[in-house]
Amino acid sequence: MSEPPALSAPAQPAHRPSARQLERERFRARKRRRDRSIAIVCTLLFAAAVGTAAVLSPGWAPFRQTFLSGVEFNGSFPKILDGFWLNVQMFLIAEPLILLLGLLVALVRSTHAPGLLPLRLLAVAYVDLFRGMPTLLVVFVIGFGVPALQLQGTPSEPWVLGTIALVLSYGAYVGEVFRAGLGSVHPSQRNAARALGLTQTQTLRHVVLPQAVRNVVPPLLNDFVSLQKDTALVATLGPLEALRQAEIAADSHFNYTPYLGAALLFVAVTVPLARYTDRLAKRAGERQFAGAVR
Amino acid sequence: MTGLHDASPFAEPLLRIRQLRKQYGAKVVLEAVDLDVAAHQVVCLIGASGSGKSTLLRCVDLLEEVDDGTIHLGGTELSDPALDANAARRRIGVVFQAYNLFPHLTVLDNVTLAPRRVHRRARAAAEAEALELLARFGLADKAGEYPDRLSGGQQQRAAIARALATEPELLLFDEITSALDPELVGEVLDVVADLKRRGLTILMATHEMGFARHAADQVCFLEDGVVRERGSAEQIFTEPQEPATRRFLSRVLDR
Repeated sequence: MSEPPALSAPAQPAHRPSARQLERERFRARKRRRDRSIAIVCTLLFAAAVGTAAVLSPGWAPFRQTFLSGVEFNGSFPKILDGFWLNVQMFLIAEPLILLLGLLVALVRSTHAPGLLPLRLLAVAYVDLFRGMPTLLVVFVIGFGVPALQLQGTPSEPWVLGTIALVLSYGAYVGEVFRAGLGSVHPSQRNAARALGLTQTQTLRHVVLPQAVRNVVPPLLNDFVSLQKDTALVATLGPLEALRQAEIAADSHFNYTPYLGAALLFVAVTVPLARYTDRLAKRAGERQFAGAVR
Repeated sequence: MTGLHDASPFAEPLLRIRQLRKQYGAKVVLEAVDLDVAAHQVVCLIGASGSGKSTLLRCVDLLEEVDDGTIHLGGTELSDPALDANAARRRIGVVFQAYNLFPHLTVLDNVTLAPRRVHRRARAAAEAEALELLARFGLADKAGEYPDRLSGGQQQRAAIARALATEPELLLFDEITSALDPELVGEVLDVVADLKRRGLTILMATHEMGFARHAADQVCFLEDGVVRERGSAEQIFTEPQEPATRRFLSRVLDR
């Protein structure tokens, strides 16, 4: 048992654990140690099995040359890293816009005012359309379609168009996540707020939304992780981001190692994000469901 | 239902709690608690909110890891860290303050879930027994309903039926009438009195002093996680020995 640091220890005689309790704690410590060793041994065995299977496969020698070449890796990595910066930028620009768009769509869909029906219909149509289309297709449609219209003032840079496509595609998903969050707040909370005299908007702003957002943080972060890797889809429009750079390097030497470099970069960003998601979800669970069975 | 084993007054108590300690961080919520519950007895835990009644029940039901002392159920040490908790829990029935019925199952399915899934009873047999139990508690016509269609008193009676369906050796009731409207308290307490007549063994935390006085064989008064006084219901309510008990009783009975 880990004890939090004693803030101000009350003046009571210290408890002396009984022999049975000491034995119990020794048992628990032994069990923890055993659980940990089992976990380590199983992991090592699994890794060894996978590694052996790979090395013993008939194509291992050529595979090593074309996918795991140190020279190719070192030669291509700086450019890929350079390109990856563009992925990060697209992600950082797209994410706040997606959150805004998603929240807006969810709020519009949860209104009941008769005058807002056209807005509601628009929101439903938007979600149905963009959630139904593969993201890659949205990237194509926006990336090639918008410039083809030759409208004045529309952006023409491929990475900007790609980012817009991502925002539209993910906005639909995130909108649904927010809507589920709004639905997850118990109706009694709304009643309590209205009974205090809060208006519908105040109820939403101060009571419903804060709880809804808290409930959907884990699925939202899941979408973030997904978005981070989907920025690679913009490669199809031509901007020199990580995947495109890797492709160029791979094609010029007929060696696939640069793809490995790009993959490592994406994983290096998404893994910490995923762990952070887990931690948030765990904390939220502990806060809301104190005293649940282990 | 649970058959009546012969109740020798000299037999070991079914539930034996010795020097039980529980703390959350530095806050001690139970300290050196000794308590016995003999077979076929009803023991009531009384005390103010936060006195440790619920924590004590949670320790017995293995929902909390104890920090010292021992709990025995028959020949099994419940506080043994090597214990098979699932096997031990099968011998104990629990009813919660907030009913905790499964909202996605009908009343009948709530009652037959454990007999069918845990005890591997055939559906027909489990349902026949469940219907008998429900009929006994005046819920025969509610078997097909979902819990949210029932009144609080009906839900709590259904929850008691669910706890009884696995024929537990020991029943733990955690303030089972606290969430009920006053006029519904009686119907649930009548069920408990019926269980007592049938010889079940019950440890319950309660705020219903009238009920504790008439139905309990033993009453145990807790204050700040410590057992201040313990005795027959008669003794605790008519001539309490401890000033703390007198203070508590005068506060709750003078209303």
